[in-house]
Amino acid sequence: MFKRTRSTDDFAEEIKAHLQLEADELQREGLSEDEARRRARIAFGNVGAAQERFYLRDRMAWFDNLVRDIRFAIRQLIKNPGFAATAILVLALGMGVSVAIFGFVDAALLEPLPYTDPSQLMSVNESSVESPRWPLSYPDYLDWQRMNRSFSSLDVYSGAGYILNTSSGPEPVQAERVSGGFFQTLGVHPMLGRDFYPGENRPGGPNVLLLSYGAWLHRFGARRNAPGQTVDLDGRAFTIIGVLPRAFSFAPGGNVEFWVPLNSFSYHEKMRTFYAFWGIARLRPGVTAQAALAEMNPIAIQLQRQYGITGLDLSANVVPLEEIITGDVRPILLTLLTGAVLLLFIACVNVGSLVLVRSESRRREVAVRGALGATPARLVEQFVTEGLLLGLLGSLGGMMIAAGIMKLLGSLVPKDLTSNMPFLGNVGLNAHTAAFAAAVAILAVLLLAATPTLRLSFLEGREGMADGDRGSGSRFWHRLGANLVVVELVIAVVLLTGAGLLGRSLYRLLHVPLGFDPKHLATMSVMAPDTAYKNDEQVIGLYRELVRRVSSLPGVKTAGMTSMLPVQCNCATDRITFPGRPDHGEHNEVDERHVSPGYLPALKAALVRGRYFTEEDDPSHPRVAVINQALARKYFPGENPVGQKIANDESGHPSEWEIVGVVDDVREGPLDVETWPAEYFPINETRQNVFNLVVSTSQDAGALLPVLAKTLHQIDPDLAISDETTMTDKIDATQAALLHRFSAWLVGGFAMIALVLGVVGLYGVVAYSVSQRTREIGVRMALGAQRSSVYALIMRQAGWLTAIGLAVGLVCSVGSSLLIRSLLFGVQAWDAATLAAVAFVLALTSLAASLLPARRAASVDPMQALRRE
Amino acid sequence: MPSQKNPDDRIALLQGTLDLLILKTLVLGPCHGQGVARSIQRQSEEVFFVDHGSLYLALQRLEDKKWISAKWGVSENNRKARFYSLTAKGREQLVEKTSEWERLTRAMGLILGSSPGPSSEEA
Repeated sequence: MFKRTRSTDDFAEEIKAHLQLEADELQREGLSEDEARRRARIAFGNVGAAQERFYLRDRMAWFDNLVRDIRFAIRQLIKNPGFAATAILVLALGMGVSVAIFGFVDAALLEPLPYTDPSQLMSVNESSVESPRWPLSYPDYLDWQRMNRSFSSLDVYSGAGYILNTSSGPEPVQAERVSGGFFQTLGVHPMLGRDFYPGENRPGGPNVLLLSYGAWLHRFGARRNAPGQTVDLDGRAFTIIGVLPRAFSFAPGGNVEFWVPLNSFSYHEKMRTFYAFWGIARLRPGVTAQAALAEMNPIAIQLQRQYGITGLDLSANVVPLEEIITGDVRPILLTLLTGAVLLLFIACVNVGSLVLVRSESRRREVAVRGALGATPARLVEQFVTEGLLLGLLGSLGGMMIAAGIMKLLGSLVPKDLTSNMPFLGNVGLNAHTAAFAAAVAILAVLLLAATPTLRLSFLEGREGMADGDRGSGSRFWHRLGANLVVVELVIAVVLLTGAGLLGRSLYRLLHVPLGFDPKHLATMSVMAPDTAYKNDEQVIGLYRELVRRVSSLPGVKTAGMTSMLPVQCNCATDRITFPGRPDHGEHNEVDERHVSPGYLPALKAALVRGRYFTEEDDPSHPRVAVINQALARKYFPGENPVGQKIANDESGHPSEWEIVGVVDDVREGPLDVETWPAEYFPINETRQNVFNLVVSTSQDAGALLPVLAKTLHQIDPDLAISDETTMTDKIDATQAALLHRFSAWLVGGFAMIALVLGVVGLYGVVAYSVSQRTREIGVRMALGAQRSSVYALIMRQAGWLTAIGLAVGLVCSVGSSLLIRSLLFGVQAWDAATLAAVAFVLALTSLAASLLPARRAASVDPMQALRRE
Repeated sequence: MPSQKNPDDRIALLQGTLDLLILKTLVLGPCHGQGVARSIQRQSEEVFFVDHGSLYLALQRLEDKKWISAKWGVSENNRKARFYSLTAKGREQLVEKTSEWERLTRAMGLILGSSPGPSSEEA
């Protein structure tokens, strides 16, 4: 016979038979039938207990109880779908958001960089007063490499653009020129082919290159025979020697497709004062970043002295490479994570309070079960199971929400940005996020299980059964619930203030004076091949033809060209001096732009003095310049700069430029940085093979872009065109705008959820207190209280909670805003308008949340309320 | 239970001893639970008090261990009853447990000294 085959019924039958036999025997011994039955039963003892022991004989009792508890818990949840849905949704929301944000934090800050032993990798550069990270010049790099003892290797990289000739026409591509040991320093090995040979990076070395995994996949169809083939870059054949692994990315380089050894140098690049190479190095074992910096600083200073370099006060800069790659996003991500954790906390508090409310209403049930013999442990088990079930369902929902949010946020980040943050591609549900999610889930379950359990220990069994204390309300819950709501409201206020400030920052940022009109401007980047456009005549001929053809297009007002579009960066700078003034070697750094005559008019940049450029401003005429007001203010205070001269070192030749005009400050640098002094030179003077076309249109600029591209290709099919976009889109896509928009939207989203949660919490507390005070209200009304005074009674309670939450929240939010100061633009952390708006919104929503239960209280029928007890 | 003795004089059976007593009772032939209880009480001269609930659980335990087998039958006075009988395995166990018990009582006797009383069985 197998263990499980015997049923409890069979066992009961046997006991029945026993009682019968015993009774028979007792009867035989002379007792009456009734007495015999009675005695037999007494002798047996507790039949029920025996049956229960049989039932439990070798089962795992706890498992049995668990199954029963789960069934009971599910029934409980189904009985209260509103409670269940709210609790699970709130929990899932809180978990989902925090797990998703953690996914980003993990990918950006916790996952190691895809290099060997990345903690030993340093970014090694010069450092100037203006910029703590200043690129190296090539001669400096060679000396640093030779002289240092701190690094086992030191390499440099420098971004480069090429025109790739493909079967479908020329295409501008991003490449990185790197010194020979670059990949060895990083500890990266090609997955196909080989790394550079030692000789290949010497000047005059062969034209070879390494492909990024993406380029191999998209341009060479992931064919294994790609190494050995040649690629046409700028009309020169480069041999592919290898393919980099899929996991490899180099964030500072962006979306680089080709890696070329540094073996040919332009005239400038050989100069000690041409700073264009960024260094990376691997620390020798046992050497710290500080020690390396302490060694490099004197080297940098000694070299400057040795070669008589003045004007730039350069020292060394040694920081972990990781900081360069993820340093920008760290404060944002940590801010977001803080927000997410706050949100999670609110969610847990809310669900905890909902569970508390329910455990309150189940006091009687608990008391009855206790009286029927359930041990306290058994009762606790029941509540723990319910918490477990809620927590599990919530966590499940949370994981789904997290996966959704990660996908959504990933797609929200524009492509331009992701190429500089390759780690964002690794955001997803992995071991780290799963562990985080599990930890959060366990905490949530513990909280949900602990709240009613704690409450239980306050229960007096008999008191609960009497059911009489329902009307008097539970002081305990009252106090706890009220405190929780205040905490929630404080958090909501803090997040709302953060969102408000970030939103205002974004608004300020997007409405910062640009100095030009970004509307109706079409832009694109053009690269003219060096091979076809070698001399001034050819290039200037192209400029003229381009402007002529584009200007004749319908809808085009003005067409112009610039070496660099506005609102991008304060790069491409120049060091100027002023002829006739003593030069003490000051570093007068200004933005340098080469523009065509039509450019400034196309931007509608207001002319303050003098004139714009004309077609005559070319190499055959005297050199002229236009400056912006910032330059005029800084270097010509109280003077008329028109007619005066500035001097610089143009392509290695000392040159003087006569100022012919002053324009309003066109914002060349990013939105969140003060406008720098800027100088404009005629593009005809200094030919640029790579330039940006800017066209002002009478209608929608976006619609003109395809026509423009077609026209350019009609002029010369070998022109490489890229980045076709409108000026407004271009500005919207700048780093500053994106970062501010991103953080404003995210914190705004958080704040909305926090507000909803806080208000739901407030509603819960007030509604609960109303339901507990029904009898009291009934008595008040029976004694003549007006409905309006009942309203006031309830609203006063809600009002107090809101007022306290608001007051504490506003104080906290000023503090927290100071923490996110670096993300604010043009707004103070204590911005009164934002704080007032937050207070108004919160007061209004709190009013709405308490109005509902107040109405219910006011509509209490005193007769019924009193009869209910 | 109509007992001839004062209930206070009876001794509750220890876990383990009951199994042995059941096996010993059944060696005489198949018997139902009530019969086993009566038999133990009678043979111990009403010293042992058999908790019926425990008895049936012990029977079930032995059945689960396949030391005894059970089937429903009819009692001498025509009542339905579940009859237990010793299996071969049960017989082996009886021999083994009996010798174990004898060793135990002997050892207890040695320790407790010369005056073996009813209390020594309690061990």
